[in-house]
Amino acid sequence: MAHLSLSQVGITFHRGGKSSEVLRDVNLDIAKGEFVSIIGHSGCGKSTVLNIVAGLLKASTGGVLLDGKEVNAPGPDRAVVFQNHSLLPWLTVRENVGLAVDKVLKGKKSRAERSQWIEHNLALVNMMHAADKRPNEISGGMKQRVGIARALAMEPTVLLMDEPFGALDALTRAHLQDQTMEIQQRLKNTVIMITHDVDEAVLLSDRIVMMTNGPSATIGEILPVPLARPRRRLDLVEDATYVHARAAVLEFLYARHAKPALAA
Amino acid sequence: MATGATLTAARERTAAKARAPFITLAGLRGVAARVLPPLIVLAGFLLLWEVLCSSPTAGLPPPSRVVSEAWDIIIDPFYDNGGTDKGLFWHIAASLKRVALGFSLAVVAGVMLGTLVGQSDWAMRGLDPIFQILRTIPPLAWLPLSLAAFRDGQPSAIFVIFITSIWPIIINTAVGIRNIPQDYRNVAAVIRLNPIEFFVKIMLPSAAPYIFTGLRIGVGLSWLAIVAAEMLIGGVGIGFFIWDAWNSSHISEIIVALVYVGLIGFVLDRLVAGLGVLVTRGTSAA
Repeated sequence: MAHLSLSQVGITFHRGGKSSEVLRDVNLDIAKGEFVSIIGHSGCGKSTVLNIVAGLLKASTGGVLLDGKEVNAPGPDRAVVFQNHSLLPWLTVRENVGLAVDKVLKGKKSRAERSQWIEHNLALVNMMHAADKRPNEISGGMKQRVGIARALAMEPTVLLMDEPFGALDALTRAHLQDQTMEIQQRLKNTVIMITHDVDEAVLLSDRIVMMTNGPSATIGEILPVPLARPRRRLDLVEDATYVHARAAVLEFLYARHAKPALAA
Repeated sequence: MATGATLTAARERTAAKARAPFITLAGLRGVAARVLPPLIVLAGFLLLWEVLCSSPTAGLPPPSRVVSEAWDIIIDPFYDNGGTDKGLFWHIAASLKRVALGFSLAVVAGVMLGTLVGQSDWAMRGLDPIFQILRTIPPLAWLPLSLAAFRDGQPSAIFVIFITSIWPIIINTAVGIRNIPQDYRNVAAVIRLNPIEFFVKIMLPSAAPYIFTGLRIGVGLSWLAIVAAEMLIGGVGIGFFIWDAWNSSHISEIIVALVYVGLIGFVLDRLVAGLGVLVTRGTSAA
């Protein structure tokens, strides 16, 4: 049985008598420790898939099973790294991670252990130097690193990342991608990442889930990326497997499932 | 090595000497630029007043006569001859006590009701129209009703303060709660904060800038209301003091009391505003 499985997941939003089907028949099985990216044009409902797995949205049809148990509410076993970091601006970096750790690991770890665990996770993303700063005093890349530390500190079964590097400049993004790969390699987390960046998807993922365009979007194709880890972006630039995977995703997105507005 | 250190030190000393007077001068200039205009305007205003009211037939005393007539209450605000014959300090303290009590009750009830209205659509639809009507009732219109209910001046005055200052607190808190970003709610959902933790750790800090706007309006309104309410209920209090002075035709004492009322109102406003800045340091910059 799969670690995490989505079966026949669909969602329809109702607003003022009108209803629009955003997702239909999404089926996906994810193994433990696997890194899966979901890619698609904006508005195709890829973030909606993530929110359903997170429990922040309820599927209209079908359901999600995590280790055989149905997902029907948000929880720390499916920690989310939000697109816009979502740090609480009135708390320092340490307090932001601490809020999650103290709530989630209460009873599992003593106060001293929790405080050590907060430091450990900040160190994991190299943020110890700014632990006492507030979010508005640090850069966008640093905020996202704190968001990752907060999510990892919850010891999630599945880590959900919603376009985690979308708002960052190219250099910071590359740096954080490398860091994410390295951490995932070390902790063997199961990760679902939403992205619209083809290179990011190919570089980080074991499998790339490509979504068709909405309305009624669904999974168009799943592409395995059989590249050995650890992966180094420089080595991969001319790697045949990498180039081939990249071409396949591009072909899916821009030839077969080009966004109607863009194609016109 | 030693010479180098001495040289550096000497250079620093010279630089400091050269810099120090310049900074002081600029600082002085800055202070003067802010302090002088209000002082000049105040002096001009007092002069105008003096001129306008200097004729013996004038209805109001000029500032010079205000000071000479009311000199004993100006220099000794702490006397206490028993009953309501007390110095200004005691009257103001009594008024502030009523405001503190009524306003504190309004803060607690206002933030709770505001949270309810901000959080629940049903409560919003049910309560908002009622609030919108009740909040337009002038503070003093509540006084007879509260006298009838409490049968005593003291709790009635506190109730008037409460009912006057609660509306801006409720309305601003509700807006603040409605404006909590969905992101913060998602974070709270993922780490499974319970409702009380959510209220304390997410709602209050996130809505704090709005809440403090409400508090600032509320404290201003309650200071407005207390003076009027005390004129009617009597007893010790700055409102009664003014009314009593009018009944004994001590116009100069009224003017001195008004200066105090204005200054205290200003201080109250600044206190709440300052507290707001302190508490919302992180939030408002988000």
